Amino acid sequence: MAETKPETVDVMDITVEFTGGLEMLFSNKRKHNISLPSKDASGAPANINFLVEYLCKHVMKDPRKDLFVLDDTVRPGILVLINEADWELEGEGEYAVQKGDNIIFVSTLHGG
Amino acid sequence: MADRIPALETQIRLLEARLRRLKGDLAEARKTAEASAQVYETLGPLSSSEKDLKLAIDGGFPDAWRTETLAALAQPVSPEAKQKKHWPLSQEEYRRYGRQMIMREVGLEGQLKLKRSRVLIVGLGGLGCPASAYLAGAGVGTLGLVDGDVVEDSNLHRQILHGTERVGMPKVLSAAEGIKSINPWVSCRTYESHLSAENVMETFLDYDLVIDCSDNPATRYLVSDACVVLGKPLVTASALRTEGQLMVLNYPPRPPGDTTGGPCYRCVFPRPPPADSIVTCGDGGVLGPVVGLMGVLQALEAIKVLTKTDPISKEAADGWAPTEPPSLTIFSAYSAPQFRSIRLRSRRAKCATCSVQATVTAESFTSGSLDYIQFCGAIHSVNLLSTWERMPARDYAAVRNRSADKETKGHVLIDVRERVQFDICHLDGSFNLPFSCLNSWPAPGTPGSESNEDSETQKLHHQLQQLIVRDPDEPVYVICRLGNDSQIAVKKFKELGFDNGGIKWIGDITGGLRAWKKDVDDGFPEY
Ligand SMILES: [Zn+2]
Repeated sequence: MAETKPETVDVMDITVEFTGGLEMLFSNKRKHNISLPSKDASGAPANINFLVEYLCKHVMKDPRKDLFVLDDTVRPGILVLINEADWELEGEGEYAVQKGDNIIFVSTLHGG
Repeated sequence: MADRIPALETQIRLLEARLRRLKGDLAEARKTAEASAQVYETLGPLSSSEKDLKLAIDGGFPDAWRTETLAALAQPVSPEAKQKKHWPLSQEEYRRYGRQMIMREVGLEGQLKLKRSRVLIVGLGGLGCPASAYLAGAGVGTLGLVDGDVVEDSNLHRQILHGTERVGMPKVLSAAEGIKSINPWVSCRTYESHLSAENVMETFLDYDLVIDCSDNPATRYLVSDACVVLGKPLVTASALRTEGQLMVLNYPPRPPGDTTGGPCYRCVFPRPPPADSIVTCGDGGVLGPVVGLMGVLQALEAIKVLTKTDPISKEAADGWAPTEPPSLTIFSAYSAPQFRSIRLRSRRAKCATCSVQATVTAESFTSGSLDYIQFCGAIHSVNLLSTWERMPARDYAAVRNRSADKETKGHVLIDVRERVQFDICHLDGSFNLPFSCLNSWPAPGTPGSESNEDSETQKLHHQLQQLIVRDPDEPVYVICRLGNDSQIAVKKFKELGFDNGGIKWIGDITGGLRAWKKDVDDGFPEY
């Protein structure tokens, strides 16, 4: 991404993908290469919760934040997948993001 | 004591239904037994000479000998002719299913399992049509079809069992006709109503597997809950626009509390999505082959489960072969790779349906304690504007007719549908500001948000601003497809101060272009 902090912050490159209609909230782009600060404001290693907050602040241009985040976590109906596995297998929001990780946000579909 | 009454009533109804099914099985078994006993009798009527012979040997001839002798004397008879009756499938069935039977994944045994299977399909739309068509082709013995809708024109591009001549017909009847023409050996049972908590137990009971081809979250939770309570594996799929999703749930279908059973829909999605985040195929659109593909995959997964299952011991947990770990298949037509498979969690320790702490039971369906519509949230009709901010389509037509040369003279008409919809049809003179661009318009006073807009959006906003300030007295009419987004847009314009502190009238056309077609111009296209 173009967003880089002015001060030198350690960043790690990860890929984030949006599918199931979520890409519409992110400039109609499915795949984003993100340079995520490796530590949050308190100095703790960046986890998924921090990534979600970061995406909201720096990547999402659509003002309808509640279609992505509700009560400080991803809204019901969105699956978070860490390297092709349900985030619940990896510790959910507490999972510490690693360099090179592939994180997918999938909104469930209901049409039939 | 009184609190046990509903539970006992439910149990009795379930047992009665099971008894009905057992009686049916017994009748079937008797018929088969009789058919093989009649082998000798069906060798043809006795001729007069045979009758004489029969008379002559009547009396003193051992019974066992008599039948055998008669059978040997009846002409033409060969041992092969007798055996013909003992083949488990008819000649036509061998020919019909040969191509799949010669594969080791199916074989004769698998084919017989399919023939004995009963599969219920919930929803006969874009998923249900291909799913049931392929299961019928594969020779599944009984297909149950549930849907309360009738066939509409807008279904035909994807719902392949319904033909143009069947528009207006109940979908289940249309589908049953299509299935019969694919394979007359399949027995179809039709349920011409929507699934509800009241009828779900009785509807599901008779089936070995359920395929969820529905189109809304409330039905998805209902179907999954019933499958767990009754121990049925569930193949669920969905599709929208260019994407599809597929899961095999509650497989193996172990009882609630057994952690070796497959996860259910509530394990994966414990909370329903907010009602206003749901996009239907009618609103978002769907590509026929995308939803078709997902339906075909459902049929495939069902065949895999059915041919693996021991039909006799299916109620015993051991009857189920170990399976792949639960996964979600995602299809995305315009991505590379198109398919991905995601490892899913196992059963959730606190799941409301499949855990030890389950609160969803057979009784809760009929007792009315489960309100799926309420659980998933009703979609409220948008009602944001006051009467004086809204204009009926007929009155707006009068506004346009006032000017002979230009229909939008003296006012501004803004169409807030997305660009592709605007390009399909629009009213002359209208300006297109797609709803999605409007949404990304920053609220007044948001610092730095200007840089967040792409140039296309900025251009549109600039044009719109010019249009609105061109004459401070010109009223602004906002129109959309159905009259919902237009209300949100009017609100937004006022927040942005376009109404010049209330001096400029900004309002919408009630009911949108649908009302325009209905009340003003029936030649306007409806899509
Ligand atoms: Zn569950």
